[in-house]
Amino acid sequence: MKQFIAFVKKEFYHISRDRRTMLILLGMPVVQILIFGFAINMEVQNIRIAIFEPQADVYTQDIKARVEASPYFILKDAPHSIQEVDERLRKGEIDIALIFPNNFHDDLIHSGTSQAQIITDSSDPNIGTISTNYLRAIIGKQQMEWMSLQQIPYQINVTSKLHYNPEMKSAYTFVPGIMGLVLMIICAIMTSISIVREKEKGTMEVLLASPIKSTTILISKTIPYLALSIVNLATILLLSVYVLKVPIVGSLFLLIFVSILFIFLSLSLGLLISTLVQTQEVAIIISGIGLMMPVLILSGMIFPISNMPVVLQWLSALVPARWFIEAVKKIMIQGLGFASVIKEVSILIGMISVIVLLSIKKIKTRLE
Amino acid sequence: MRTLKYLIEKEFKQIWRNPIIPKMILGYPVMVLLIFPWAINFEVKNIHINIVDQNKSSYSQRLINKIDASAYFIVNDVTTSYESSLQDMESGKCDIILEIPSSFDESLVKEKNANISIVANALNTTQGLLGNNYLTEIITDFSSDLRFEINPFLITQKAHNLEIVPRYRYNETLDYKVFMLPAFIVLMITLICGILPSLNVVLEKEIGTIHQINTTPVSKFNFILAKVIPYWIIGLIILTISIFITWILFGLFPSGSIIALYIASVIFILGISALGIVISNYSDTMQQSMFLVMFFILIIILLSGMFTPVSSMPVWAKVIAYVNPLTHFIEIMRLIYLKANSFTDLLRPMGVLALFALAFNGWAVLSYKKSS
Repeated sequence: MKQFIAFVKKEFYHISRDRRTMLILLGMPVVQILIFGFAINMEVQNIRIAIFEPQADVYTQDIKARVEASPYFILKDAPHSIQEVDERLRKGEIDIALIFPNNFHDDLIHSGTSQAQIITDSSDPNIGTISTNYLRAIIGKQQMEWMSLQQIPYQINVTSKLHYNPEMKSAYTFVPGIMGLVLMIICAIMTSISIVREKEKGTMEVLLASPIKSTTILISKTIPYLALSIVNLATILLLSVYVLKVPIVGSLFLLIFVSILFIFLSLSLGLLISTLVQTQEVAIIISGIGLMMPVLILSGMIFPISNMPVVLQWLSALVPARWFIEAVKKIMIQGLGFASVIKEVSILIGMISVIVLLSIKKIKTRLE
Repeated sequence: MRTLKYLIEKEFKQIWRNPIIPKMILGYPVMVLLIFPWAINFEVKNIHINIVDQNKSSYSQRLINKIDASAYFIVNDVTTSYESSLQDMESGKCDIILEIPSSFDESLVKEKNANISIVANALNTTQGLLGNNYLTEIITDFSSDLRFEINPFLITQKAHNLEIVPRYRYNETLDYKVFMLPAFIVLMITLICGILPSLNVVLEKEIGTIHQINTTPVSKFNFILAKVIPYWIIGLIILTISIFITWILFGLFPSGSIIALYIASVIFILGISALGIVISNYSDTMQQSMFLVMFFILIIILLSGMFTPVSSMPVWAKVIAYVNPLTHFIEIMRLIYLKANSFTDLLRPMGVLALFALAFNGWAVLSYKKSS
């Protein structure tokens, strides 16, 4: 036990003497939470629109006024021709254009029907469809106003309620994801690099020659990172509650339990990587480039898993962060109890045992 | 010039002898472009819906059938209990609940209008909002169906029937993959050409070979150039492989000037590799440089408009996005790939990239110290 404490102390010295790395490790979650919370926004706003009206009349003016008043749209200079609309769309000066035909007003009054065209830059299909829908809704409202004097039967009034996230804040979606990303990066990369560095420098031989058991060496390597991760966890939770105003609806205790489980998982993954590779460069490439992309893309952090093809859904089941993020969403935002996260918790525990077993097996072969 | 040639030869030998980098240059684009584009999908379909039908009339049944027939919705359950539906939502079995009140048909016929309510799970904001919109659209459609049955002429006579024709440009099929593929190419180039050089100089520091270089007459400029050029070539190889893969697999080929695309990449890679070298110059261990580079790369990726629109960011984030070279490179790639822009259309973002490359290469040379 005394030896163990001495080893843990040694690791703490290693970390605390490298001020710059410490600063980044503790600062990274803060910066990420702030960026995700305030800058990353899935909401479509500031849509630049141009309205082409060959013959301005009362009706087109009505619609134009509504578009101008909408918080979603920024009305740009009116184009002089359809060609100009095309040109400005291509150059990315406008995002959407509303084109009225000749005789818009007359057609609408006399034949009761007329046609307007919306041309959208749908390079980004998400933004393209959403802005088209916004514009249609605005025009629809104006139509309702025109019709409001007449009695229209069979009107169905829809009241909508957005559950769990009534203000539609993106932070609700992102906070669990950042927790997964930050904890994964810090635990897995840090532990794997710190062990491989000892191998590269040759000091690992010295450690292995000491009377202490090899598993104890590895465990003592992970303790400081466990402590750092818990500090980070606290920072993330404090920032998200007090700065981003994302409440912790469910049990704080349960949330911490699941997080620590995930930290253990990431640490053991770092251990596994370190037993497999020989140089820091390779460890960094595997854990940095190899882990970051799957966590960003396959964990459901940004892109919903239910939209993925089945094969990728299976693949995402192998990404530990996915289960952690799901559990955090359930506990933190939906406020559900332990019973509803049993699946996630048992998967995380299963993954930990597989990884730990694998790495213990690997250490033994390396000792031969 | 001769020194530079030998230095570059040395760098290349080191890279080819590395156990993982040569494999990665070929394998990484294949893996990323084969797997990830399929994962990236905001399109909301297969929304599971629970319908709480307290009315059980022919009207409510018709509405349910209409929803069932829609491509967006999968009816999970039709019940009379709101509570059980809410439980389904909690456990993730359904994403949206439609509640039809018991007086639905009566008020529809007698009072000419009826109420209905939607509860959407907005845990994922985009999904919640879109599901809500689709469902509202179906209900509006349903009511005009009813109107039409009663009096087919009512609409054309009385109401101003304004038909809206949407046209989607540059990505007619609204395929998210088409939008993301150019961005993925940029992402790979950024990760590989940003992270690898940042490990390079610091590796020489840790091994101690940097002292040998420092005692030779090699100039700082040549040394840095020899460090940057190999990554420049690696980046261009990755770019070429990626262009072919996206062409063969997804049938997507740059519709604009391909020369402009290569020129932009050449400038961008020079800049981003120099950023890696700058970080490497300031770090003493690989761990330090790794975390610094991860820190910066994550920020420039998130604030580049790759995943989320720059236009909806707050002002301070927009400022960062505008000085961020990645923003401009992604813009160039998308404009060339999707909107057939030519070289002259792209002079402004190209200029920004060039400024960035110049600044960081200068910084890399200046911050490298031959005396320790």
